[in-house]
Amino acid sequence: MFDAVLQALVNGVIAGALLAIPALGFSAIFAVLRFPNFAIGALATAGAYIAWIANVNFGLPIVAAIVIAFVSAAIFGAALEYGALERLGRGGALMKAIGSLAMAMVIENIVRFFFGNDLRAFDLPLARDLVFGPIRIGPQQITNFIFALAIMVAIWAFLSFSSLGRSMRAVADNSDLARLKGINPRLIALVTVAVGSGLCGVGGTLIGLDTSIDPLLGGRVLLSVFAAAVLGGLGSIPGAVAGAFVIGMVEEITVLALAPAYRLAVGFIVILVVLVIRPSGLLGSKAG
Amino acid sequence: MLTYILFMLVVGSIYALLAQSLMLSWGLAGLVNLGLAGFFAVGAYASAMLTTWEQAPILVGVFAAVLAGGFAGLLVCFSTLRLRDDYLAIVTLGFAEIVRIVASNEVWLTGGTDGISGVPVMIARDTGIWFHLGTLLITVAAVILVYVLQRRLLASPWGRALRAVREDQTVASVAGKSIVRFKAQAFSLAAAIAGLAGALYGHYTSYVAPDQFQPLITIYIFLAVTAGGNARPAGAVLGAYLLVAFLEATRFLAEIAPGVTALQAAALREIAVGIGLVFVLTLRPDGLLPERSQKAPAS
Repeated sequence: MFDAVLQALVNGVIAGALLAIPALGFSAIFAVLRFPNFAIGALATAGAYIAWIANVNFGLPIVAAIVIAFVSAAIFGAALEYGALERLGRGGALMKAIGSLAMAMVIENIVRFFFGNDLRAFDLPLARDLVFGPIRIGPQQITNFIFALAIMVAIWAFLSFSSLGRSMRAVADNSDLARLKGINPRLIALVTVAVGSGLCGVGGTLIGLDTSIDPLLGGRVLLSVFAAAVLGGLGSIPGAVAGAFVIGMVEEITVLALAPAYRLAVGFIVILVVLVIRPSGLLGSKAG
Repeated sequence: MLTYILFMLVVGSIYALLAQSLMLSWGLAGLVNLGLAGFFAVGAYASAMLTTWEQAPILVGVFAAVLAGGFAGLLVCFSTLRLRDDYLAIVTLGFAEIVRIVASNEVWLTGGTDGISGVPVMIARDTGIWFHLGTLLITVAAVILVYVLQRRLLASPWGRALRAVREDQTVASVAGKSIVRFKAQAFSLAAAIAGLAGALYGHYTSYVAPDQFQPLITIYIFLAVTAGGNARPAGAVLGAYLLVAFLEATRFLAEIAPGVTALQAAALREIAVGIGLVFVLTLRPDGLLPERSQKAPAS
């Protein structure tokens, strides 16, 4: 029993690292544009499919496929924001949220139109699980985990050291003050949407590498991503990462006790509990 | 052909009930409900379980469905009412997913993914066309009942206060209105209407299963309500029937398109609905029948 819990915790940490990437993207978009973007799941799916084409049809290595997923999801996300959602913003943040849900349905069905509902797998070498005492880990899981950590470090460095990243944090913190300082809010919004969407694309690819891809890939993790962001405090970047690790571990532990389908329910329960006990989340400032 | 038209009209009436539910919570109270399909499912299951397994009369089942919908609405909104709208959007979306997961997995309670078949119907099936016609009359009567109720609510002080809450919470609370109470009442009343729609749906198709309550339905109803007018009961009803006409038209178009599989045709339809919703939200957010501004009562 103890071994099973230990194994679940290890799996949970890895799953949490993968979840953290789209959660980072969602939180960044929320922090700067102030609306929950429901299209992030579909962007993750789109990124995963592009990476799959690059890997399977063009034979590119996984690292290249991930970069391509980032760039294309960033372009899709930006096109979505400026082609459809921005104009809805006049009607309030809620209009954008509803619009993003509708666009999520559009993207998911474009994928379904071209690829159907079949499961697809990346072209990966078969490898034996590594065994550490009672713990088994697939080599691909370790690679994915390292990818995810590297991306988190890169994002942290971008936000801390680049002037664009610092401007992003300034706009997220107080957009009026940032504008007074001469930061162009439209440019920052564009960069945030692109980077945030790109991260969703990468997250989708990593999840696809871990399991397989189908048109519902992103939709399935949507609730977990929201839960990670709400648990960490909506709009908080470090909060999203911390939240993702907690959600990942709680989901894996839950699978030990309940039917696997209830994995999806964990996110919802966590959201409810956080909203009742501490709406600002672990690391959030205020929930207004 | 007549059967087909009657079937579509019944579905349109069910959608008209859902649209009125959304109009009440979203259009009037400003509370977004992305989990409409979930409340629809709760109503359908509540009535189907009682009438099929416990042999309760249909009227009791429908009544229970309304109560169950309203109660679920109360539960969902209490977690988020004091917070910003974006939390409610996330929680309602999650709620609909949870309803589907529970319905698919708790076989002892809901029959699992096989669903509940043999749900009693309101008009005997062997009466042929009368089965559809009679059900249509009943559902239309329900639509009219809810419509009249909504009109009365809108004209009442309660409806005025609700719109005041939607427009400016601070002003409304300064005027001594309890924001949380008004929102909770509107949201659970709306959820109860969705429950009613679910019950009638189950008693028409005679079958209730998790697959019938996809999140897609929520988007459909959002399209209906925005197209028709999101703050007028007549707009919501009109929008629902237009939506069914639009869905059927796109179905025919997709069928005659060459070289498209059934799966692709369904995907195209959903793409059209999604793009349609964004277009309507952008170009005509007030819908065909915009809200009439109400004159202040003469003092």
